[in-house]
Amino acid sequence: MIRSVPRSRLFDGLYLAYLVAFFVYLALPLLVTAAFAFNDSPFPSLPWQGFTLDWYLADGSEGRTGLFHDDGLINALWVSAKIAFWVTLGSVALGCVNAVLFERLQFRGKEFLYLLMLLPLVIPGVILGVSILVFYSGTANEVSRLWGIELDIFRPGMTLVVMGQVTFITTLATLVIGARLRKFDPQLEEAALNLGATPLVAWFTVTLPWLLPSIFGAAAMAFLMSFENFNTTVMLTGSDTPLTVALFNRLREGSTPVLNAVALFLMVVSGLLAMLALRQNRGEQ
Amino acid sequence: MKSSASRLSLWLLLTPFLLWIVLLVLVPHIQMLRVSFQVRESWDTLAWGLEQYQNFFTESYYWRTFVRTGVMSLFTTFLTLLVAFPIAWYIAKMARGRSKGVLFLACLIPFWASELVRTYGWMILLRESGLFSSWLQALGWADGPVEMLYNDVAVIIGLVYNGLLFMVVPLVTTLDGMDENLVEAGYDLGGGHATVLREVVVPWAMPGIVSGCIVVFMLTLGSYLTPVLMGGKDSAWFTEQIFTQFITRFNWEQGAALGVLLLVLSSVMVWLGLKLSGQSLRKVMG
Amino acid sequence: MATQSDLSCNGLVRRFGAHTAVNNISLDVPAGTFFSILGPSGCGKTTLLRLLAGFDRPNQGDIYIRGERMNDVPPNHRPVNMVFQHLALFPTMSVGDNIGYGLKRRKVPAAERRKLTAEVLEQVGLPGLENRNPMELSGGQRQRVALARCLVLKPTLLLLDEPLGALDLKLREQMKVELKHLQKQFGTTFVYITHDQSEAMVMSDQVAVMKDGRFDQVAPPEELYREPATPFVAGFVGDNNRLGGEVVSLEDNLAQIRLDSGELVRGRVASNEVRPGERAELYVRPESLVFAGSVQNNDYSVMQASVKTTLFDGANSRVEAENSGSLVYARLPQDGSAPALALNSSIKLSWDPRFARVFGADRS
Repeated sequence: MIRSVPRSRLFDGLYLAYLVAFFVYLALPLLVTAAFAFNDSPFPSLPWQGFTLDWYLADGSEGRTGLFHDDGLINALWVSAKIAFWVTLGSVALGCVNAVLFERLQFRGKEFLYLLMLLPLVIPGVILGVSILVFYSGTANEVSRLWGIELDIFRPGMTLVVMGQVTFITTLATLVIGARLRKFDPQLEEAALNLGATPLVAWFTVTLPWLLPSIFGAAAMAFLMSFENFNTTVMLTGSDTPLTVALFNRLREGSTPVLNAVALFLMVVSGLLAMLALRQNRGEQ
Repeated sequence: MKSSASRLSLWLLLTPFLLWIVLLVLVPHIQMLRVSFQVRESWDTLAWGLEQYQNFFTESYYWRTFVRTGVMSLFTTFLTLLVAFPIAWYIAKMARGRSKGVLFLACLIPFWASELVRTYGWMILLRESGLFSSWLQALGWADGPVEMLYNDVAVIIGLVYNGLLFMVVPLVTTLDGMDENLVEAGYDLGGGHATVLREVVVPWAMPGIVSGCIVVFMLTLGSYLTPVLMGGKDSAWFTEQIFTQFITRFNWEQGAALGVLLLVLSSVMVWLGLKLSGQSLRKVMG
Repeated sequence: MATQSDLSCNGLVRRFGAHTAVNNISLDVPAGTFFSILGPSGCGKTTLLRLLAGFDRPNQGDIYIRGERMNDVPPNHRPVNMVFQHLALFPTMSVGDNIGYGLKRRKVPAAERRKLTAEVLEQVGLPGLENRNPMELSGGQRQRVALARCLVLKPTLLLLDEPLGALDLKLREQMKVELKHLQKQFGTTFVYITHDQSEAMVMSDQVAVMKDGRFDQVAPPEELYREPATPFVAGFVGDNNRLGGEVVSLEDNLAQIRLDSGELVRGRVASNEVRPGERAELYVRPESLVFAGSVQNNDYSVMQASVKTTLFDGANSRVEAENSGSLVYARLPQDGSAPALALNSSIKLSWDPRFARVFGADRS
C-alpha cells in the first residue's frame, strides 16, 4: 500500500475517489456557510437571489441589519476578544512556567504532577465549567448568606469564563511550549555561560529566542480556542454574552444570513491567525 | 548555597503550577463531588444523601440518555477512526513533497471555524429548506422537501466531522515516523495487505490511534452544540441534561451528580482504552 | 607554586554516588601548549573538562588558572572558553552575533565588536560570513565559527570537547592539521579531550592518557608511543601485539621470556612487577616485526608463526599470523622486500628487543 508496493488500478481509483469525497465532506459546510453570507435573501437557503453585502453593511433602515450595525453581535465580539486576550495572557504565561518546570527541572513526584497537568485534557469541557461554577459561585453564595459580603467577581461573568478557559488551554500551551523546549540543547545555555553570560542573561538571549516561535504559536492557538469555546463558556457566562453564546441564542431563534456573515468573519480572522502562527513556525525552523 | 538557589527556583516555578491545578481543577471538582451528595431539604438547609444518584437510576430518562450518549460516542469514535485512517495513511505515506503539506493543511482548515459555525454549516445543508433537499428536488429524485436534519444520522455526521482533525493529526504524526522498509519487509516476508496492516501498521500506529480515539471520544461525549442543534426530539445528549439542571432548573445538586457521572464515564472509558491498548496517558498525550 | 602554568590542578576528585568519575588527578599545563586528554568513552574526561569550565564542582582538590584559584568562580567569570562537542552554536543568531556574544557580555561597543568579529573570521579563514545563519554552514565551517567565538575573547585557556567527532573522516584529517596551526597562530593554551588517539598524537605537545578517572601517563606523543608506561597505554595508543609468557631471567634492562609456544624471546622491562618465575606480557608493535629471512641479527628475538591471512591496506598492509593461539600482526612493507606468503605457511618474525616492552601480567 505504500508507493513501492504494486497496487491495482481499481484500488488507486477507489482511493482517489475516497480522498476527493473526504475533502468535499470537509469543505462543503464551510463553503456553503460562506456563500450564503452574500445571498440577497432573508433566509440562508436556495434559491440564489444575487450577490449583496447587506448582511455586513445594512444599517437597519430597510429591515435588514448587517453585522457591522448589529450592536448585540458587535458587543459580543468585543466581550469575546477581551476574554480571549486575558485567557491568552494567562495560559501562555502558565504554559511557559510549566514547560520549564517539567522539561528542565528534576524533582520528586514529577511524574505524578505531569499526569495532573494533563488532566484537564480528559475532562469534558462542560464539566470543567460546571465544577468551577459550583465551587466559585457556590462560595460566593455562601459568603453572601453568612456574612453579607458580595463577591461579585465569583458570580457567573467574565472572570469565571476566563478562569474556566485558562484551566484547559494552559495544558495545551504547556504541551506546545514544552515540545519545543524538549528540542533545546541545554549545552547552548552552558555555552552562553562559558562566553561570560550570567544565567539570567543566558536565559533571555539564548533560551527565550529559541522558545519564541512556540510561544507565538501557543498564543495564537490559545486565542482561537478561547474565541471559539462554547461548552465551558456557556456554563460560566453572565450578562456579558461572548460571541459563541450570542450566536447560539440567535440560532435557536432562527437563522438569518447575518449569522453566515459572522461565521465567515470568524473563519477569516481565525484563518489569518492560524496562518500567522504557521508562518512564524516555518520561518524559525 | 547552590542547592538553596535551585530549591528557590523550583518553588518559584512550582507555585503557579500548583495554584492553577489546585484552584482551577482539583478543588472545583472535589466541591462538585461534595455538592452531588447533598440533598436540599428547604431553601437554606442541606443534608447528606444519595438522592441525586437515586434519581438518576430510578428516572429512566436520565440513565437511558446516559447509555445512549456513551454508546453513540463510542460508535462515533470508531467511525471517525475508520474515516480518518486512509486519509492519514495517504498524507503520511503516499503523498510527496508539496502535496503532503497542502493536504495536511487542508485537513486543518475546517477547524479554523468554531464548532458552532461547523454545525451551522451542516444545518444549512441538511435541513428541510437546505441545499441537499433542494438539489434532490432539482434532480427529480424527491417530490417535496426532504428533512435530513434532527435525527441520529445527522448528529453522527456532525460529530464525526468535529472529531476528524483530532484523529487525523496524531495518526499522521505516528505514521510519518514509520519506516517504509517495515511495510516492505512485511510484504517481502510473504504477508498480504490484511496481514501487513494487522501485524505491522496497526501496532506501530497504536499510540496515535489511542490518542486520537481518546480525544475524539472525550470531545464527542462532552459535546453540546452538535447534538442539541442537529438532534431530534428524542435524541437527547447527556450534556444537555446537565445544562438543564444548572441553567434552567437551577438544581445544582442534581446537576453536580450528573456531572460526576459523566466524568466517571469518561475517566473509565479513557482508562479502559489505555489498559486495553497497553498505552500510558503520558505517552499518548504528552 | 604554579606560576608558570596556565592551568594546574591538584588532587581533583569528582564522585557521582559510588562512582568516582575523576579520581585524584593532578596536572600542569604550561602556557601556549596543546594539551590533550586521551581516553576511551566513560573514562571521566568529559567530567574533568566540565570541572575546568566550571559547570561542575570537584569534591576535592583545587583548580588554578594562571595561579588563581578557580574553585568558587562561576563559569561565566572564568578566563576559560569551551568548544562543545556539538559546538553549541546559537541557532537563533547569525554567525556574527554568535561571535559577538561574548564581547557583548563584556560590554564591548558595537563598532569594536564588528571589527573584532571580522578580524577573527578572517583569521579562521571565513571572511565575510557574519550574516549567515550557522545552520547554513558546512560542518568544517561551523567548527571554525565555534573556535572563532571562543578565540575572539582571547581566553587564557581554550577547552575543546571532542569537537571533531561529528565530522566525516576526510574533513577530520584536514581539521586536525588546521587546529594545530590555529593554536600556534593564536598562542592560546588548548586543552583538548578525545578518544581518538590519532587526533591526540597529531596535534598535541603533551598527551595525558586517562583510564577509569586516573591519568596512566602524561608525556609527549612520541614518548607515549615508544615508551608506554602501562599495559593500557601500550594497548590503547597505536597498534600493538601482546604476547603472554613467563619471565625466565632479567639482565640489565632486558627480560627473557618463555612464550606459551616455548620460544625464548626478549624485551625491555617497563614495570617493576616483572619478576623471574611470574607471568608477564610482551608488547611489540607491528612495524617492529621484521621477516627473519631478510635481516638476520643475533641480538634479535625470533618467533615462529603461521600465516592466517594478509590484509592489504596500502602502506598500512599487514599480515595476520598465529603463534600458539594468539594472533600477531606484522607490517607488510610494500617496497618489494616482503616475502610471498602462502596460507598456513610458517614464517619467522624477529624484533629488536629494545623496541619491545614487557609488563607484569595483569593479575586483576
